[in-house]
Amino acid sequence: MIPAAFDYKRASSAAEAISLVSEFGSDAKFLAGGHSLLPLMKLRLAQPSMLIDIGRVKDLSYIKDVGDHIAIGALTRHMDVETSKVLLEHAPLLSHAAGHVGDAQVRHRGTIGGSIAHADPASDLPATTLALGATYVVQGPKGKREIAAANFYKGFLESDLAADEMLIEIRVPKMQGAGWSFQKFNRRAQDWAIVGVAAWRRKGEAGVALVNMGSTPILATSVSNAIAKGASISDAAAMASNEADPQNDLNASTVYRKHLASVLVRRALEAASK
Amino acid sequence: MKVSVTVNGKEHHGDVEPRTLLVHYLRETLGLTGTNVGCDTSSCGACTIHLNGEAVKSCTMLAVQADGASVTTIEGLAKDGVMHPMQTAFMENHGLQCGYCTPGMVMAAIGLLNENPKPTEEEVRMGLEGNLCRCTGYHNIVKSVLAAASAK
Repeated sequence: MIPAAFDYKRASSAAEAISLVSEFGSDAKFLAGGHSLLPLMKLRLAQPSMLIDIGRVKDLSYIKDVGDHIAIGALTRHMDVETSKVLLEHAPLLSHAAGHVGDAQVRHRGTIGGSIAHADPASDLPATTLALGATYVVQGPKGKREIAAANFYKGFLESDLAADEMLIEIRVPKMQGAGWSFQKFNRRAQDWAIVGVAAWRRKGEAGVALVNMGSTPILATSVSNAIAKGASISDAAAMASNEADPQNDLNASTVYRKHLASVLVRRALEAASK
Repeated sequence: MKVSVTVNGKEHHGDVEPRTLLVHYLRETLGLTGTNVGCDTSSCGACTIHLNGEAVKSCTMLAVQADGASVTTIEGLAKDGVMHPMQTAFMENHGLQCGYCTPGMVMAAIGLLNENPKPTEEEVRMGLEGNLCRCTGYHNIVKSVLAAASAK
C-alpha cells in the first residue's frame, strides 16, 4: 500500500516547522518517526496534502534532569526512552512502558512526542505520562504553552494541540522512589494493549492510568482517591472502570474490558506496593 | 524529491515521489528484491533492513526519510562470497522453512545481537517480537540466533 500523493517539506527547527504548518494550514501534518501517521496514510485513514518532516530536528531529541522533573524532547525515540539511564533512575515506569511499544524496529523510529500527539487511547505512552502527572510543552506561532497531561486528551485521536502547534517537550516529575508497575494485556507481544495499566504507588498515594479503556487515555482517579483514603488494593481496584467507557470490539467486549481493568489495576498496585 | 542513500556501501542518487516507501525504492528502483514485503502494516518484519546500523521496517518509512542515511539490506551481508555469521547460523540450524520471513529475521537478529551480544533464549524471543514466521518455525530461528551469538 502506497499513501496518496502529498507534498513534502523538511524542517530544520521547531520554529521553521511551525511557520511551514501555518503557511500550509490544517491539511499539513508533522512527520516525526512516522510510525503512527504512515500506517494511517497507507490505509487512507489520513490523507494530508502536505507532510512537514520534523525527523531531523535534532535539538528536540534529549533527556535532561532538570531538578524536580525530567525533560524529554518530543523527538526522542522510544528506544532512547527505554534505555535512558536518567529515566531508569528517575522515571523507570516510563522507560519500562516505552520498551513495550510495538517492537524493536518500531522503537528505533517511533518518538515519544509522536505517540502523545497522535493521542491514541490504545498507545502505551499517553496513559503512562498521564499516570505520572506529566506536563506537555507545545509551541505555536505565538510562543510556548504548557498543558497538563490530564487536560490534553480531548477525544479519540484528538488533543488540545491546535493545527499550528507542535509538541516540543514532555516533562515528567521524578518518581522519588515510588513503586510502579506497567501491565499490558495483549495476545501477541507486539500488539496494542487490549487493556493496559500504568501505575505508581507511594505510601497513601497512587497514580493509575488506563490504556484502551475509552476514547482517550483514562486517569483512574477513583482508584487513587480510594488508596488515599486507606482502602485495600482490591477494594480500590474494583473502581478501576469508574472513569472509563471502554469499547466493544473484536478483541474484547465492554464487560470483559472492565473486568480486565480491575484485575490489572489490582496486579499493578500489588506489584507497585512491594 | 532528490534523495541520496548509501545502500550496502554504494551511494545512490535518485529522484523519488515523496510517497515512495523505502522498501519500494530498494526493491523497484534499486532492484534489491531480497527485502520482502509481507504484511505492509509494520507488523510482520519481513521488510526489516538496517538504517544507520539499526533494524527498522522499510515498509513504514518514506524513501525521503532515508535521505543521507546508510542502509544495509540482506544483499549487503555477505562479504566476498562468504556469508555473514548470522546467515551461516540460519543455514546450519535450519532456521527457515518457506524462507519468506528469513531476510527480515536475519536483519532483525543481527540488530538484536548488536544491542545485546549474549541474549538469553527469552531475550531472543522478545527481541524478535517484530518478526512473524507464518510457518511457525520459531524454534529453529531462535536456535540459529543463539548459535550465532555463541559463535561470536
